[in-house]
Amino acid sequence: MATKLPKVPVVVVGMGWAGGIVSAELTKAGIPVVGLERGKDRKTSDYLMAHDELRYQHREELMQDLSKETITHRNNEKMRALPMRDYGTFIVGDGVGGAGSHWNGQTYRFLPYDFEIKSMTDEKYGPGKLGADYPIQDWGLTYDEMEPYYDTFEKMAGISGETVESYGKRSNPYPTGPMLKTPIMKMFEEATKNLSYTPYVLPSANLSEAYENPDGISRGACQYCAFCENFGCEYGAKADPAVTVIPVAKDTGQLDLRTHSNVTEILNDGTKATGVLYIDMITGEEFEQPAEVVVVTSYVFNNVRLLLNSGLGKPYDSKSNTGVIGKNYAYQVSSASSMMFFEDQEFNLYGGAGALGIEIPEYVGDNFDHSDLKFIHGAGIRVTQYGNRPIANNVVPKGTPAWGAEFKSQSIKYSNSFFPVKSQGASMPYRYNYLDLDPTYKDAYGKPLLRMTFDYTEHDRELVKYISQKTHEIAEEIGADIIDTNDTQNDFNVNKDTNTHNTGGVIMGTDPETSAVNTYLQMWDADNVFVVGASAFPHNSSFNPTGTLGALSYRAAEGIQRYLDEGGSLV
Amino acid sequence: MAEDAKSPAKKGSTRREFLRNSGLTVGGVVLGGALGSLLGGKEQVATHDVAPAPQLTVNPAEALQFFTPDQYRLTQAAAERIYPKDDHGPGAMELNAAIYIDHQLASPWGINSKEYMAAPFFEAEETQGSQIRILRKDLFLLGLKALDAYSQKQYDNPFIDLEPEQQDQVLTDFSDGKVPNISGVKSPLFFSLLRTLTIEGVYADPLYGGNKNMEGWAMRKYPGSRMAYVKEIQQDEFVELPPQGLNSHMGH
Repeated sequence: MATKLPKVPVVVVGMGWAGGIVSAELTKAGIPVVGLERGKDRKTSDYLMAHDELRYQHREELMQDLSKETITHRNNEKMRALPMRDYGTFIVGDGVGGAGSHWNGQTYRFLPYDFEIKSMTDEKYGPGKLGADYPIQDWGLTYDEMEPYYDTFEKMAGISGETVESYGKRSNPYPTGPMLKTPIMKMFEEATKNLSYTPYVLPSANLSEAYENPDGISRGACQYCAFCENFGCEYGAKADPAVTVIPVAKDTGQLDLRTHSNVTEILNDGTKATGVLYIDMITGEEFEQPAEVVVVTSYVFNNVRLLLNSGLGKPYDSKSNTGVIGKNYAYQVSSASSMMFFEDQEFNLYGGAGALGIEIPEYVGDNFDHSDLKFIHGAGIRVTQYGNRPIANNVVPKGTPAWGAEFKSQSIKYSNSFFPVKSQGASMPYRYNYLDLDPTYKDAYGKPLLRMTFDYTEHDRELVKYISQKTHEIAEEIGADIIDTNDTQNDFNVNKDTNTHNTGGVIMGTDPETSAVNTYLQMWDADNVFVVGASAFPHNSSFNPTGTLGALSYRAAEGIQRYLDEGGSLV
Repeated sequence: MAEDAKSPAKKGSTRREFLRNSGLTVGGVVLGGALGSLLGGKEQVATHDVAPAPQLTVNPAEALQFFTPDQYRLTQAAAERIYPKDDHGPGAMELNAAIYIDHQLASPWGINSKEYMAAPFFEAEETQGSQIRILRKDLFLLGLKALDAYSQKQYDNPFIDLEPEQQDQVLTDFSDGKVPNISGVKSPLFFSLLRTLTIEGVYADPLYGGNKNMEGWAMRKYPGSRMAYVKEIQQDEFVELPPQGLNSHMGH
């Protein structure tokens, strides 16, 4: 029997960026919040031993324990979904800070085009450009409406960057200047300028200079130590909920943060939630936490799973093309790239930062003509310098064996003499790519796992083919001795590393028939439930998702406050 | 909105505070990448005014937690072919990759403690990752047995007694899946475990037992764990720094 706790105004499920931002905003306004986090608490000084590639990157120290829960995957409906038993393609964060602790810190805004993708595509290319099986839809609000929230998020996190003219209009410049330019970034800059492109330094949450944010949080500058993705920052330079919004919420005295608390169900009567059930992961005790408002802020996968396991919202059904929970799951395509090897040049690639890089805006969104192309949107083409750690970076020219004498010799020869011109492309939703509950596999508490049915679409494969040529042209202009270009998007493989930019499943919009939440991320079917995260994206852009997720979290926080005052649907 | 809210008192740890608290500054100057060369090794002990520890003449981690001596020697021989000694420097054997592998297989990772291990197990498509019930520690030992059995069958000798070219051929056959399944598991899965562990064993921090004297890092001019590269990443010339392990951060 669960121990029933006293009712609270707001319970927040998951303490990453979304949960941290919502908690900070509500507690600053004097609203008490209970924050439930399945993982442990974290602080900057925990990371003195963080420069450990094996422990953090290859043994996934900061990630969800898959023995407790995972997802199952199949490429299409004809296959049997099987559990992702070990990490491969994406890494799911755990603990206070969530993915905001282990992220690289690349912090873009989506384009005005992203928010109105359906109308703009129909208007320019006529209806049916992609066909009926690609349910692209407008987000229900415009870039101009999003802008103030982006601005707030960027100021809170201290984003470093430079204004890009062809992107959405900014009300303010980035709070801090761009990151440093390294020699390989300058090589990309020169080559792309020669080709008449307009390169810009990636917007970064790594922090280019010391910064104090509007909440009074001070952080020091990035030291380019090369341990960002998979790692916590031992300087507190990288923006992380655990060093920004969560301390602010704690300082109000209004946040009751309970770690090792895993929410298994949202209690509800079909139209309203009454609270949540959670398990203490250490003792196994079960608690019921009643609340006025339930804010679901776990990762994309658990946002969807929790709703499905709680019977909240109408599950998506691909056959009848009805329902919404699990719909429009999207990913990203990053296979188009040109790896370059240099015979007589060595670069200081052991140093770097997670959001250190340079990119061109010419092939994103609708910045180029798609009339003769079988895809819409595009990709950021870029060079990054994350810092090459030695277990993960043994890159050799095509045709070199994967082990043995030649492998060793070549991998050492080129260890400081390679870098790719790579890309990150948008992913459009597809009728048969979706999330639902697995019929067979369960988590450690007996709840069904989430089942992912996903493969790259024809759209994605066409995009990779096109973008790969552009990466090759830039690599040739840079002038490497060996260029290995990959122009093929293989089938999605759950065990092959690409990225953790999963989106959709609880998407936002203006129509309850085609979206699960409104533009305040309030559920159509239960107005005291807010589902916040990249789960709300109706499609995935080519940009990293955190900037948009953060902006939406500020908007949701505003909505929750209004709901507490007024009640009812906010739109 | 954040900027309208009343600013709470300044808080959060700045990098400077963190460095000061953790002893990484001297006279307010951030040492960053220079830390190791200034405070590293024996001088560090003197600076901290701690009695010198008894000197060990050998590395205490060079001992076995898991393998039998025979399994250890076979692992050494196989790892050496994955990453052989050459003009660049030592191979997996000298770098203690087999010690590293021994320690890993004895650890929670060896019993797949963080993997989803619930049944049922089905044959997987290539895109679905490995779906096997056998634990890593057991798969590795079964693989070693299979290495010897296959060597015996092909060349009438155990793996360890084969010529390097013959050993390479055996490993190639494992890697290509030309070897009979190992307790139902395809041989490339064992090979991939061996390859991954060998690469980790030559390049992981020496605290795990491999990468002896950080020579794996030195070969590829990797500086290991340092606090800052602000200067180096801006330079056109390659800057070679002697490697430093995590051990250099202890005591701060």
